[in-house]
Amino acid sequence: MVDEVVSDRPSKVLQVALGIALVCALLVSFTAVTLRPYYIANLEAERMARLASILDALNESGQAKRFDDIEARVVNLETGAYAEKLDPATYDARRAANDPNASVAIPAELDLSGIKRRASHAVVYLLRKGDGTVDVIILPVRGVGYQSALYAYLALSADTREILALKFYEQGETPGLGSQIQNPRWESQWPGKQALDSEGKVSIRFDAISGATRTSIGVDRLLKFWLGDFGFGPYLNRVRAGEG
Amino acid sequence: MVSENWKTLTRPLLDENPITLQILGICSALAVTTSLDTALVMTIAVTAVLALSGGAISLVRHHLPHAIRIIVQITIIASLVIIVDLVLKAFFFEIGQRLSVFVGLIVTNCIVLGRAEGFAMRNGVVTSMLDGIGNGLGYGLILMLVGGVREFFGRGSLFGKQFLIPVSQGGGFEPLHIMLLPPSAFFIIAGIIWYIRRKRPAQVEKPEFQIQVDEKS
Repeated sequence: MVDEVVSDRPSKVLQVALGIALVCALLVSFTAVTLRPYYIANLEAERMARLASILDALNESGQAKRFDDIEARVVNLETGAYAEKLDPATYDARRAANDPNASVAIPAELDLSGIKRRASHAVVYLLRKGDGTVDVIILPVRGVGYQSALYAYLALSADTREILALKFYEQGETPGLGSQIQNPRWESQWPGKQALDSEGKVSIRFDAISGATRTSIGVDRLLKFWLGDFGFGPYLNRVRAGEG
Repeated sequence: MVSENWKTLTRPLLDENPITLQILGICSALAVTTSLDTALVMTIAVTAVLALSGGAISLVRHHLPHAIRIIVQITIIASLVIIVDLVLKAFFFEIGQRLSVFVGLIVTNCIVLGRAEGFAMRNGVVTSMLDGIGNGLGYGLILMLVGGVREFFGRGSLFGKQFLIPVSQGGGFEPLHIMLLPPSAFFIIAGIIWYIRRKRPAQVEKPEFQIQVDEKS
């Protein structure tokens, strides 16, 4: 096979294996660190594109909105009030979720979607009617699917009872199965679905994806968590009371 | 020596094509050939991995203990594939997403390990790299052919540019949906293999069994 016999002494084997592993590891890490800013920029562009696509979905139902109309606000999740001191343009919810000082642990019995911690604040997006009253609320939601973290935007009507759109902008689910959560046909079931029942309880029923049971359960749980008391519940109560 | 290098580079295009003669790498050839642009990016990715892994493995071949040679080859190939994947994610985000798992699966593409074990372990660095590029281009040639046929008859476009207007948009072209499904790649690759072997009978394999003629009757 090889044109000269190389020693199979264990010391030589170990030496070569360690050497090759080290060189490969260095190369991969170096590339990953160097290219990370570009990747992050791409993800950010993807996130903005998905946010814009919510507007497209609303426009199809006759509510003309432009991307510039979106108003970003930071919400204190515990009280549900707007945090005027924090700038939505610079608040990094994802970093905050990993920062012990800017996030809280979710009690295990409430942690439906298995994300363990959530940031104490969140950036929500509002669309207003001509007269200035809130028309559409767009909430950032996240959870765990089958094998990846799911990130999405959930658009609600002003009375918070109706879902207008659900768009996932980051996921690593199985291609062809779980990744169908980004399929326009699957997304098209969301507009018009009820989010809360007549008693104000979270109640969502939707078509799961065949062959992606755990992804579907993950979507269900993340919606229930973020619409619930430890998610955006206090904020949505305020919005319903007209304090949004 | 120059002509020898040239032969190493061009032989895998037709005479020793990895897909049509060696019948390797069929899985990805089915999956990424629904359009020309994914086929092109896949070709570039596989060619880069083949050339670099050929060169790297050839470089260390005199120091590789026989017992761990395969695992070292896989380590080198896997590292290169991760690097290619990162580059795609950074600079070709949208198309990288459409190729999804198939970039990662280059690690298991038989062509790469086949050339590493069969060629790079026995040849010099430059020759091994040329062999890698040649095989990548040979693979790409078939990929582009299949991708072109599938995109043209399945969508009426090439590289996303519309040439035939489908009936649904008021034109006279009825898209052949089977072209976008995996079986069509089998048909097209089989057709290409048949055509090449008809033109070059030397590539036809000898049958493994002969039917015995009964001489009594």
